[in-house]
Amino acid sequence: MADKSLELFDAGHRACGGCGPALAGRLILKGSGENTIVVASTGCMEVFSTPYPETAWKVPWIHSLFENAAAVASGVESSLKMQGRDEHVICICGDGATFDIGMLCISGAFERGHDITYICYDNEAYMNTGIQRSGATPYDADTTTSPAGKCSTGNARPKKDLPAILAAHGAPYVATTSIAYPNDVIRKVERAVNTEGPCYIQIHTPCCTGWGFDGAKTIDIGKLAIDTGLWVNFEMVDGQIEKAKKIVNRKPVEEYLSVQKRFRHLFRPEKNVDEIAKIQAIADRNAEKYGIDVTVKK
Amino acid sequence: MMKIIEGSHAVAEAVKLCRPQVVSAYPITPQTHIVEALASMVADCELDADYICVESEFSALSGCVGASAAGSRTYSATTSQGLALMFEVCFNAAGMRLPIVMTIANRSLGAPLSIWNDQQDSISLRDSGWLQYYAEDIQEVSDLHFITYRVAEDHGVLLPAFVCFDGFILTHTYEPVDMPTQEEVDAYLPPFTPYQRLDAKDPISMGMYATPDYYMEFRYEVDRAMQRARGVYTDAARAFAEQFGRDYTSPVEGYRLEDADTALVAMGSICGTVKDAVDEMRADGKRVGLLKIRSYRPFPVEEVAAALGGVSTVAVLDKNISLGSKGAVALEVKDALYGSGIPVLDYIVALGGRDIRKKDIAQIVTLAEAGKGDMFYGLRTEVL
Ligand SMILES: Cc1ncc(C[n+]2csc(CCOP(=O)(O)OP(=O)(O)O)c2C)c(N)n1
Ligand code: SF4
Repeated sequence: MADKSLELFDAGHRACGGCGPALAGRLILKGSGENTIVVASTGCMEVFSTPYPETAWKVPWIHSLFENAAAVASGVESSLKMQGRDEHVICICGDGATFDIGMLCISGAFERGHDITYICYDNEAYMNTGIQRSGATPYDADTTTSPAGKCSTGNARPKKDLPAILAAHGAPYVATTSIAYPNDVIRKVERAVNTEGPCYIQIHTPCCTGWGFDGAKTIDIGKLAIDTGLWVNFEMVDGQIEKAKKIVNRKPVEEYLSVQKRFRHLFRPEKNVDEIAKIQAIADRNAEKYGIDVTVKK
Repeated sequence: MMKIIEGSHAVAEAVKLCRPQVVSAYPITPQTHIVEALASMVADCELDADYICVESEFSALSGCVGASAAGSRTYSATTSQGLALMFEVCFNAAGMRLPIVMTIANRSLGAPLSIWNDQQDSISLRDSGWLQYYAEDIQEVSDLHFITYRVAEDHGVLLPAFVCFDGFILTHTYEPVDMPTQEEVDAYLPPFTPYQRLDAKDPISMGMYATPDYYMEFRYEVDRAMQRARGVYTDAARAFAEQFGRDYTSPVEGYRLEDADTALVAMGSICGTVKDAVDEMRADGKRVGLLKIRSYRPFPVEEVAAALGGVSTVAVLDKNISLGSKGAVALEVKDALYGSGIPVLDYIVALGGRDIRKKDIAQIVTLAEAGKGDMFYGLRTEVL
């Protein structure tokens, strides 16, 4: 069992105040513990935590490129095996690195069955390069490469279902979680690193800068995503949903959308009822697919 | 022990004797026989290594990065398009000072698609910070692996390295090779002792990002390591010569150069043809010789200048072209001879597997003596 009191992702990094990914870094290491090697990809987390010659990491950490963390981790794991060592090998990567450019390496590593835990901190865009869309960017979000405009309502495609893709690779454990629920993050990471084979965890990590909200509200925004059904916390074991977090009296998506600048265009100059209805439909589909609705009369 | 063996299999045997702990590779012609042979050695428990059967060359070298950073001796092999796919990782491995050894079965790059030999692939990674050694024959390419691991892993160097040999011409040819025993290689090549490694008991961060305040110093350090590799190579090759009797101590090799008027300069298997051509021309009373370059990175500037100081004309045979400029070897030779007044003429030859024979070498010498050079040699003008 990992010692949860240890702060292995330490103070002194340069993330924005209220950064969701920074919180995730801290929680992930509480779950994996000291006996961990971290492989990172290029992105916000790498840049804010390791400006040479400083580092926020109290566990061994390596960054090679934007797209190869899963392959580097394969090599690390293989190397440890040959030396008879037993550290946990985890990747901590952004959604761009995971959903887009790194897919080849991740698919290869999962198909080969390396004993690694791949963790994506999902802030739903490329933040390090200035808020461009990724395959994890939600429908209608305004980013610099999916801008809302006269003929556009923002990002034209829904999020790629990466947990399902990696579960289809035969991953023994796939989970989603959110920094809004710290103990859930810690528990799932602990479970993943103690499961043999390639495991995947996707952590919802609101980004105050990229999404446009006050950094004091990160946890509230994370909770709203879950309470509206736009984000679902679940666990999949051998491809089957084992558990999904139930939501009592699910809230309308508008409550989540209206407090973030990336969806501001849906409310001005007047409310775009049609588009909001489409997003509501995405949340409703999620709720049905994962069976999360619990209705309690007030 | 002497045996008649295919070039690729000789490389695989030599690599096995180096005891890599992690092999991470992807097949591509004409490198394929090397990785197939290593895979079956692992399957037969003849080689105690983990063979990562990756999904691409990009992951092959990325796997080596992880394995090397975690403290294991690592190996890969590739060529051409595979090496091109590794471009980004090549720079990264050098910058992170990981002593990965990779065999390059030299092949041309598309388009047009060509599986045949020239040296454009490894030459195109000239500036990546990898040591680059080129072999003339199968004995040399196998022996260079033992020496190269010693150089790359030396704590004064810590750089990745290419051991290059010509695709098909050497990979698919059988030659008699003297293969050392495991005991002999163990006595020559100690186990890998990483300078630092990923280890939960002693955490370090590797591959961080550097601001303009620090980046330049990292590049400087890689360059210094390259410079130190000169001496480390000489020592490693000398120790090899003492133990095994085969001498690769000099980064260049002269052939009948002592009293030569015209010197040819080349790398790789073409040197064998050139030596025969030189013998024939000598028999006809022409004073020609060959300077073979074994180490392209670091480039042996002093040795080249010393070896060519006495000749009146230099003709470089380049199996590559830096388009818009010249062949990459000629540029280096010119630099080495700068100020000497000796003319250096460049001939782009044998691209994409085009044959080059003794009569072509003789023709090039005639051209050079007439002061005609800096050309693609043997162009089929009728198809242009
Ligand atoms: C091959 C390559 N292409 C592009 C980039 C530029 N780049 C660096 S980080 C990044 C985006 C990272 O996005 P993500 O993985 O979502 O992490 P975040 O910055 O959001 O934390 C991009 C596009 C790069 N470093 N390498
Ligand atoms: S831009 Fe977003 S992800 Fe990056 S440091 Fe700021 S809050 Fe964190």
